[in-house]
Amino acid sequence: MPTHEQSVLRLRSATLEFGDRPLWRDLNLDVKAGEFLAVLGPNGTGKTSLLKTVLGQQALTSGSIELLGAPVRRGSRDIGYIPQQKLLDHGTPLRARDLVAFGINGHRWGLPISTLSLRRRVDDVLESVGATAYASAPIATLSGGEQQRIRVGQAIAGNPKLLLCDEPLLSLDLQHQRAVSELINEKRRELNTAVVFVTHDVNPILGMVDRVLYLAGGQFRVGTPDQVLRSEVLSYLYDTPVEVIHSRGRIIVIGVPDGPGAHGHDVHHVEGGYH
Amino acid sequence: MEDLWGTLFSFENYFQLLVLVQNSIYAGALLGVVGGLIGVFIMQRDMQFAVHGISELSFAGASAALLFGINVVLGSLVGSLLAALIIGVLGVRAKDRNSIVAVLMPFGLGLGILFLALYPGRSANQFGLLTGQIVSVDNEQLGLLIGISFAVIVGLGFLWRPLSFASVDADVARARGLPVTAISIAFMILLGLAAAVAIQVIGALLVLALLVTPAAAAMRVTSSPFLTPLLSVLFATFSMVGGILLSIAGALPISPFVTTLSFLIYVACRIIGWRRDAGRSSRMLSPSRTKIPA
Repeated sequence: MPTHEQSVLRLRSATLEFGDRPLWRDLNLDVKAGEFLAVLGPNGTGKTSLLKTVLGQQALTSGSIELLGAPVRRGSRDIGYIPQQKLLDHGTPLRARDLVAFGINGHRWGLPISTLSLRRRVDDVLESVGATAYASAPIATLSGGEQQRIRVGQAIAGNPKLLLCDEPLLSLDLQHQRAVSELINEKRRELNTAVVFVTHDVNPILGMVDRVLYLAGGQFRVGTPDQVLRSEVLSYLYDTPVEVIHSRGRIIVIGVPDGPGAHGHDVHHVEGGYH
Repeated sequence: MEDLWGTLFSFENYFQLLVLVQNSIYAGALLGVVGGLIGVFIMQRDMQFAVHGISELSFAGASAALLFGINVVLGSLVGSLLAALIIGVLGVRAKDRNSIVAVLMPFGLGLGILFLALYPGRSANQFGLLTGQIVSVDNEQLGLLIGISFAVIVGLGFLWRPLSFASVDADVARARGLPVTAISIAFMILLGLAAAVAIQVIGALLVLALLVTPAAAAMRVTSSPFLTPLLSVLFATFSMVGGILLSIAGALPISPFVTTLSFLIYVACRIIGWRRDAGRSSRMLSPSRTKIPA
């Protein structure tokens, strides 16, 4: 099989259960190079667990999961990982450029001795994520949005084949949500990286997403946003009438039940859209 | 009052004394390097309280060794490594770690007091473990302390980059394939070694002055990945060597001098950092650089 046809990520009959509670069953999924997949669904349906299986930190109950044609291992340098924004302690003795450098050589033993070629590479990455202005600023003095830019830079610095994003827009304001998600999208186009983007709010990335994996009520649905984010599909998944409304380029879901496995909020809820 | 001053500082025969304790000064300087370096990671990993717990169990090990007539440094090593591994394995999350430390600490201190109470020897040795005794450390033990210190420095040098990465963002480091758990355990072993050396020198109750205060002071004035360990090492070495030099003038324990010097450096760094931050925040309030609340 020619390599450009090969899936970056491939799940076959993948099933994950905790005790007798199935999170998802018989999940078949192929994510190709350059493809943007959004993973949506309420809390407790296994979005984070899915990321953990990709990272080899959570074993499947049954089925298989492969990264670049090989069974997943515990972490991989072909993966760039963008976590939730979390503020770092003041005094953390690292500058923005040091964090980016970890994406290139953070796995190597020894002292962090910087070479000219490493500095050039880090400078290039910082420039490409628009962070040159604060390249040498202590990381803890940066705003949440600036820190997330640096994390995108760190994640792409090692030329990964797969970008795993775990709620990277959480706790950012709307302007920075847009900026950071556009940055991720731009990088996947430039580098032809596959993107798996876990989020509770699809709206900031709606225009970028190729396909959606929607997890709810122990079931799932994969397809384009238009195929999946529809009243009848979500009503089926939640097993209760749910209404999906398209309004001024945003998607709003009304009637998502509260309760075990479906509490919290969803993509797209009505309450003023503060997410 | 003059008597007190005379007890604190008497410079008669100072140079003869200096020759006698020069080995302690070398050991103290080396311990300053160890404490300054490992302190940077103790701070980043939020392990200050754990250090205290480790040193109390190290104290128990040392006093057991004293009672049973084996090498005190070895006893102290066994105690601190045991504590470091327990805390490292059971206390992955900060909250768990704090409760484990809080449980271990009085237990270790109690055990140590029991062994000391049973020990028939001189009482100066007993207090030495709690409050420092480098001047009374014999040459064989001094050699051991120096060997362990070198091991810690080499170990930290080897772990440095992945340890920094894992300390600042364990999830990302793990995703990139770093053995984050193994790195934490390795760090705990180095921390146990450093604590075992430190309690011989400044005492179980005061190790924080050497393993935490200098790094905390450095982090108040810089965020550079090079300056932070450098300053921290300078502060720790200065406190250590300065403390020894001051203490021999009055034949008093070195600990109060070391802890006071290290505290004063911290206060100075806080003032410097605070004044600089005040200057900075009044200068730059442009919209793109203001902090967005989480």
